[in-house]
Amino acid sequence: MTSPATPQDREQAPGAGLLSFYESPIPIRPATLGDAVASEWTKLRSVRATVWTLGVMVVLMLTIGLGTALLVAANDGNLAGEPSLALGFFGVVLGSICVITLGVLTIGSEYGTGMIRTTLTACPSRARVLAAKAIVFFSLTFVVTTVTAAVVAGSQTLILDGAPASAGEWLLSTVGIGLYIAALGLLSLGIGAIVRHSAGAITIMIGVVLLPLVLAPFMFAQDLRGLQRFLIEYSIPNQLGALYGATITESGPSGWEPLMLMLGLAALALGGAVAVLNRRDV
Amino acid sequence: MIEAVGLTKRYGAKTAVDDLSFQVRPGAVTGFLGPNGSGKSTTMRMVLGLDRPTAGHVTIGGHPYRSLPNAPRQVGALLDAKGVHGGRTARNHLLSLAQLAGIPAARVDEVLGVVGLQDVAKRRTSGFSLGMGQRLGIAAALLGDPQVLLFDEPVNGLDPEGIHWARNLMKSLAAEGRTVFVSSHLMSEMALTADHLIVIGRGRLLSDMSVTDFISANSADFARVRVPDDGPEDRQKLTSTLIEAGGRVMSEPGGALRVTGLPLPRISELAHKCDVRLWELSPHQASLEEAYMRLTQGLVDYRSTDDAKAGLAEPPPLDAYGHPVGGHAELPAEPLEVPQEGWYAPPPPGPRPTPGSGAPAHPAAAEPSAAAVEPSSAATAGEQTSKDPR
Repeated sequence: MTSPATPQDREQAPGAGLLSFYESPIPIRPATLGDAVASEWTKLRSVRATVWTLGVMVVLMLTIGLGTALLVAANDGNLAGEPSLALGFFGVVLGSICVITLGVLTIGSEYGTGMIRTTLTACPSRARVLAAKAIVFFSLTFVVTTVTAAVVAGSQTLILDGAPASAGEWLLSTVGIGLYIAALGLLSLGIGAIVRHSAGAITIMIGVVLLPLVLAPFMFAQDLRGLQRFLIEYSIPNQLGALYGATITESGPSGWEPLMLMLGLAALALGGAVAVLNRRDV
Repeated sequence: MIEAVGLTKRYGAKTAVDDLSFQVRPGAVTGFLGPNGSGKSTTMRMVLGLDRPTAGHVTIGGHPYRSLPNAPRQVGALLDAKGVHGGRTARNHLLSLAQLAGIPAARVDEVLGVVGLQDVAKRRTSGFSLGMGQRLGIAAALLGDPQVLLFDEPVNGLDPEGIHWARNLMKSLAAEGRTVFVSSHLMSEMALTADHLIVIGRGRLLSDMSVTDFISANSADFARVRVPDDGPEDRQKLTSTLIEAGGRVMSEPGGALRVTGLPLPRISELAHKCDVRLWELSPHQASLEEAYMRLTQGLVDYRSTDDAKAGLAEPPPLDAYGHPVGGHAELPAEPLEVPQEGWYAPPPPGPRPTPGSGAPAHPAAAEPSAAAVEPSSAATAGEQTSKDPR
C-alpha cells in the first residue's frame, strides 16, 4: 500500500490558520431525499445478501409454481373450476421468507456492522435514511416479485386449461402479490429498525407469518372459537391466498383488502421505527 | 469550532461523561486524551448527535449536529474503523456515503488516492487489515472536504509509515484552518501531533491547555546524580546530605540517584561540601507521557493486576538443604528504588529505610496519593517512558 505525500507546511500555519476558517472549493448543495435514495440503491446493489435472498425467492417461486402446474397437468389436470392462477400461492408463501430476510437485513446489517453510525453521521436525519431505505427496498422487491409472479401465472395458464381468469384476478395475482410481498418486506424493515438485531427480527417476522396457522388448530375451547377464526383468516398465508382468490375460510379479507391491511401495518412499523430512531442513542 | 457546555451522559448508574465543558478551536490539532473507558468515544458520539446528552449540550459552529445544515459537508468523522459493511467494496462504501451527502462521485476516487487505497478500491472491505480499515475511515471523513474533523483513535493499527502519514495529514488539515479533534490514549503520539490537549479521566475534565503548558504544569524535572562505583559509603553520605538539605532521593537501577527538590548547582555544592566526587550530574525533563500518567493515575478504570499464577505453578525444585535452587541473594537496600512500572508519589523526606528491611518490592504497595496530581509534587519516575536518552 502506498501513501501519498502530504504537504508539510506546518510553519505557515499560525497566522493564516488561526484567523481564517477553511472553505471547501467543492460547491455545497443541500442533500435531498433523492440523494439518500441513490445512496441506498448503491448499498443494496453492492451486497451479496440482495442477490442471494431475491435469487432464492425467484428460484422458489418458479420451481414450485411450475412444478405444481406440471404435477396437476400430469394427474389429468382437473382444477374443479378453480382459476389456475391460484397455484402460484405455494411459491409465494415460501418466497416471502426471503423477502422478510432481505427487509430485515437492509437495516439490520447496518446495526450489525456499525455502518449505521457512519450513515447517520453522513445524514443526521433518521427519517430521511429510513424513507430512502423503504423506497429503494420496496421498489426492488415489488418489481422482482411482480415480474416473477407474472411469469409463473403466465406459464401456469399455458400448461393448464382451468377456468379463464378475469383481468381483475390477473392484476391481483401479479401486481397485488408484488405489492403485498413488498409491503411485508417493509414491515420487516420497520421491525428490523426497532429491534436492531438481524437474527432477532427475522425470527420475529417468521413467527408472525407462521405462528397464527400453527396456533389456531390447538384452540379447541368454545370461548376461543372467535380468536381461532381471526388467527386463521388474518394469517399472512391466508391473506396471500385471498389475493389469489383461494382462501381457507369463506369469510375474512378478500380482494384488495389484505394489501391495504399489510400496507397499513408496514406504515405503522416504519412510523414507529422513525420515532424510536429519533429518540434512541445509536 | 466545537463547543461543549456541561456535557453529561449517564448510562443507568454509571456516569460516562460528567459535566464536561471545552472548546475546540480551528487552525490547530486538539488532542483528546484519557485512559480507556474515560468517556472519549461517548463524547465524540455526542458531538455527532449519535448519543443524546443526559444534560448539557454540544454544538459545532453554533448548531447542534442534528440541526446542522449540510452536516456531512461541515463535519467529517472517523468513529471506528469497523463501521463498514464487510461485503461492500471500498469504493462502493465511499460512493454510498458521497451520494448520501450530495457529494459528486468523482470525489470518491480523490479521497481513495489521498489515503492510498486506490489499488484496493474494488476489493471487499472484509479482507482489509485494521490499518486499511483506518485509512478507509479517514477517507470517509475527508469525503465532504469538511471544516471540522473528528478522529477517534485514528492511528490504531497503522504501521509506522502510516502513523507518520496520519500525523502529517492531521497537521496539514489544521494548517488549512480546519478544526481537528483527535482522540487517543497514546500520549507519545499526541506529543508529536497535537497543539492543544484536552485530558479527561472518568468523564471529567482534567486539563485543557496547550501541549507545552501541559508538560510544564504536570511534569516534575529531576536531576540524575552518579557517584563513583567504588564507594558505596560515598553514596550513603551524599544521600543523607541531600536529604538533610531538603531534597528527595531515589535510587535508579543503574546505581545512579534521582534527586528532586534541589537545583543542580545546589546539588553540586552539597556534594563538594561532603567531599564526594560526582560522575554525572544531569538535568532531565519528564516526557508528555509521564505528565499524562501522573495526571490520570488515580482515574484509570481498568488496572491490571500481577499475573501471579498463584497455586498453579509447580513448586520450585529444592536443593539438598531444602532451599529453593537459584534463590536471590539478598540485596542491601539502598535509597528507595525507582519503580519499574506503575506510578506513585515518592515518600516524604524522612528516615530512610534501614538496610536489610527492604524497599517496597511492589510499586502498587504505595497508595497513589492526591499530592501526585499537584504540579509541584516531586518526581515519580518512569524508566520506560522517560524521553531522555540513556
